[in-house]
Order: sequence, then structure tokens, then C-alpha cells
Amino acid sequence: MIEEVGTTETGDLVINVGPQHPSTHGVLHLVITLNGETIKKVEPHLGYIHRSIEKMCESLSYRQFIYVTSRMDYLSSHINNHGCALCVEKGMQIEVPARARVIRVLMDELTRLASHQLWWGAMAMDIGALTPFFHAFREREAINDIMEETCGARLTMNYMVPGGVMADLHPNFQKRVIEFIRFFRTKIDEYDELVTGNIIFKSRMQGVGYLSPEDAVSYGCTGPTARGSGVSCDIRKLYPYEVYGQLDFQEVTATGGDCFARYKVRMQEMRQSISIIEQLIDNIPEGEFQAKTKAVLKLPKGEFYSRVETARGEFGVYIISEGGTTPYRIKFRSPGFSNLSALDHMARGHKIGDLVAIMGTLDLVIPDIDR
Amino acid sequence: MTKEELKVTLEQLLPSPAFEEGAEWTTVVIDPAGWEGTARKLRSAEGLKFDYLFCVTAIDWKTHITMVYHLTSTVYRHTVVVKATLDRANPVIGTVSDIWRTAEFHEREAFDLFGVEFKGHPDLRRLFLTDDWKGWPLRKDYEDPVNMIKL
Repeated sequence: MIEEVGTTETGDLVINVGPQHPSTHGVLHLVITLNGETIKKVEPHLGYIHRSIEKMCESLSYRQFIYVTSRMDYLSSHINNHGCALCVEKGMQIEVPARARVIRVLMDELTRLASHQLWWGAMAMDIGALTPFFHAFREREAINDIMEETCGARLTMNYMVPGGVMADLHPNFQKRVIEFIRFFRTKIDEYDELVTGNIIFKSRMQGVGYLSPEDAVSYGCTGPTARGSGVSCDIRKLYPYEVYGQLDFQEVTATGGDCFARYKVRMQEMRQSISIIEQLIDNIPEGEFQAKTKAVLKLPKGEFYSRVETARGEFGVYIISEGGTTPYRIKFRSPGFSNLSALDHMARGHKIGDLVAIMGTLDLVIPDIDR
Repeated sequence: MTKEELKVTLEQLLPSPAFEEGAEWTTVVIDPAGWEGTARKLRSAEGLKFDYLFCVTAIDWKTHITMVYHLTSTVYRHTVVVKATLDRANPVIGTVSDIWRTAEFHEREAFDLFGVEFKGHPDLRRLFLTDDWKGWPLRKDYEDPVNMIKL
């Protein structure tokens, strides 16, 4: 890799960004070929946080492996756990109690809010606005406190288990979520006032990092990255799981395909998540929070695939079972991995400063990419 | 298209397809030698239009390696799973990275962890592991006394 650095015969400059760099939010290493300040090529080097989670899972039981998946996309840990639990439930044909289904959706949407808040703060910071970061973390703290009470953790939740959730909701949960939503509704308008309309911010975002709908599909982009290009790909709408089919919410899409479109999609998604939480928080059914399951889970021989919508896009769990207590092979289809593959295509022809904006709106979480 | 209709269409389109039963989606096993041609047909055939490749992976069965491609059409919303059986001693299959761009990264991952060679891939290098890494870690017979913890 060292010999790649320097000036090429055609006069292009090859530079390294990362693995440790404030704008990459994790150990992502980019080798960038520049002509002046114009990007000719961006080549991601991955693997700095590769732990071979798929290999690890082959020796873990169907209860144990879910905990490892919290360490992939740590900002969507609930949703990762959810996808895995769904896959095991599909294989074993476990019926999840109504209460657990609603709790799961509530947790998913709170996670999505927390993840988008962090994205908003971090992305604005990349662009050069430091204040939003503190605003975002102040509001995110409230969600973390709610999670801590019920799940006992603030980041790697490990709350969803095959058959339902690990423990019942904390008695304060409902009250605190309602308080939080009331508080956050005003804050999200403040976010818009603070950043969205800002002329400097807009000029950094508009027309930068264009991704056409065809390319978004071809590159396998999902989540707000693809929806910013007008591609309808929300798993919650297309293949509803749990109670998403009965809820009233919209799939947010924008047509610009640039950084600003992706930004707008995420901002609107926060409002949709609030709406979903409001619909459910007063209607949590009474009853069991976990189905009765055997102590040792065994999936029948065959293969099972489940898909869920994380804050970054489509997360897939593919289990190949030989009928034992551990998976024979497991594959995690992580949304960040496919989204990152489009980075080179989006960044070509732009200036080096725009790369930071493009990476910001891709919302990359490196452990999710490296696994 | 329903599972049955899809099966009928694929039978007409592909040379000697074999179907696997019992899975959630239509699963078709194809000959790896003609995979690129088959992929092109799946991508562009009227009524199929599988334009979104959402998962690519390999499975080591100790006697052979199976490549698995999950495809969806964003137009018709039907899904097909394509499998190809490869020789474990010399796993080679054509690349589809020019048909679905996402395959470029996914195939590099399969090369890195399983040692599957993709003919015609523009940049087939290790993706996660260092260039001088020995062996294919996700194969079942892989041993690494330093980095692997046996549970």
C-alpha cells in the first residue's frame, strides 16, 4: 500500500485518508487519486475491524449468536438483533406474542431515531458545523436513558431473543417515551432551522454526489441512500414484518439523488418514526412478552432468509442449517457494505472537500461493513 | 409473478434448470459454465427484470462449494435464488460485476473468504484480509491457531 502513495506518471496525486481520520468515523481507509483537487478515483480498503463474525457464529448456538450481531451495526443494534430473531423464528415457526411484536417495533423506531440523530450531528460536523453535534447528542441521551432502563444497556442492547424480548418493559417506559416524543417534536424543527435552510450547508450539499435510480439499484444501495434517488426500497413497506403492515406511515423518498436529497429523506424519516411511536405507545397490548420456547433451539435442515430495515438500509440474515444446534453457515447482508461500494462512482469528478459530504450522507458504520 | 409462474418462465428461458423445493423463494440450480449468459437473461428478459442483486455468498459443503445469488426485481417484486455448484479444489465462475455493480464487492468478499475465483472480475484482490494472508478462512477445514478461538 505504501508504494501507492505519491505522484503517478500522469501527474496525479495519490493520498491516503484514514484508517484513523476525523471524517471517516471509524477505521475506514480510502486511497484517493487526485488531479489537483478533483477526485479521479476513490478506493476503499476494508478490514481494519474485520472480526469474521460469520465464522464465529458457526460455533455459537441460536440463542448466543444474536448477541454478536449487536457489534456489527452498533447504532442499529436492536434492529440487527431483530433480523436474527426473525430468521430463527421463521425456521422454528415460533409465534411471537402480540405484546412482544409491539415492543420490538417501538424499540426499532427509537433506535432509528437515535441513529439518525447521531448521523445528523456527525454529518453537520463533517461539513464544518460543530454545534449540531451537541444538540444531537443531547437528544440522543434521552433515548439512551430510556433504553438503559428497559434493556440494561446503552449501545449493544441484546434485548430481542427468539420468541420475543428478553424482559418486560420498565414501568417508566411509557411515560418517558411520551415525554421524550413531546420534547423531540420541537427539537426536530429546531434542527431544520439550525442546519437545513443554511445557505452554506445547502451549497455544500446540493448537486453533490449524484446517484441515479438505476445506479442505486445496480450498486445494491438501500435505505435512505437509495430512497434519496427515488428508489422505493423500504422493507417495512414492501415486506412488512411484525406490526408494520397495520401502521399508518409513509415511505419517504426524494428525487434529487444528491447529498441534499439523502439528507432530506433522513430528516423526514425521523418524523415518520415519531409518528409510528405515537401510534403504538398508548396501545401496547397486555400479555406475555416472550413465547414459550425450548431451552435448546434446533432449526430444521434447510435455509432461511429474513430481511429488516435498519437505519442504513436492508439488513439480511441468511442461515443455512443442517438440523443441529448451531448454524452450518450464516451470512449477514449488511446495508453499509453495498452502500459503500457506490462511493467511488458518486465521488468521481467532485472536489476532495465534497467527499466528506458524500461520506456523511452515506451514513457509514464501519463495523457493519467489515463484520 | 407467483413461485409457480416464475418456475415455468425460468424453465422456458434457461437451458436445463434444476429446481430445489421447500425454500421460501424459487430456487434454481444452474450450470456455472454458462452463468454469465444466464445472468444477462435474468437481468433483461421481459417479465423477469431481476435488476437488484441483494445477496451474494458462498457455502463450503466440504465436498464442493456452492455460490448463492439472491435476486429481486424492483419492477415486479419477485425473487429468485440462483445456485451454482463449484469444484472445491478449483472453484471458478464468471463474474457478474458488469451486470450488477454491487457484485464487484461481494465477489471480492467471496474470493477473500472462500477462495472462489471470478473470471473477468476487474479487481479481484482480498477485501478484508491483508494481501499476504494464507488460506480461506470461511472454509470448514481452515485452521488458524493464532487468531481463532475455539468455543
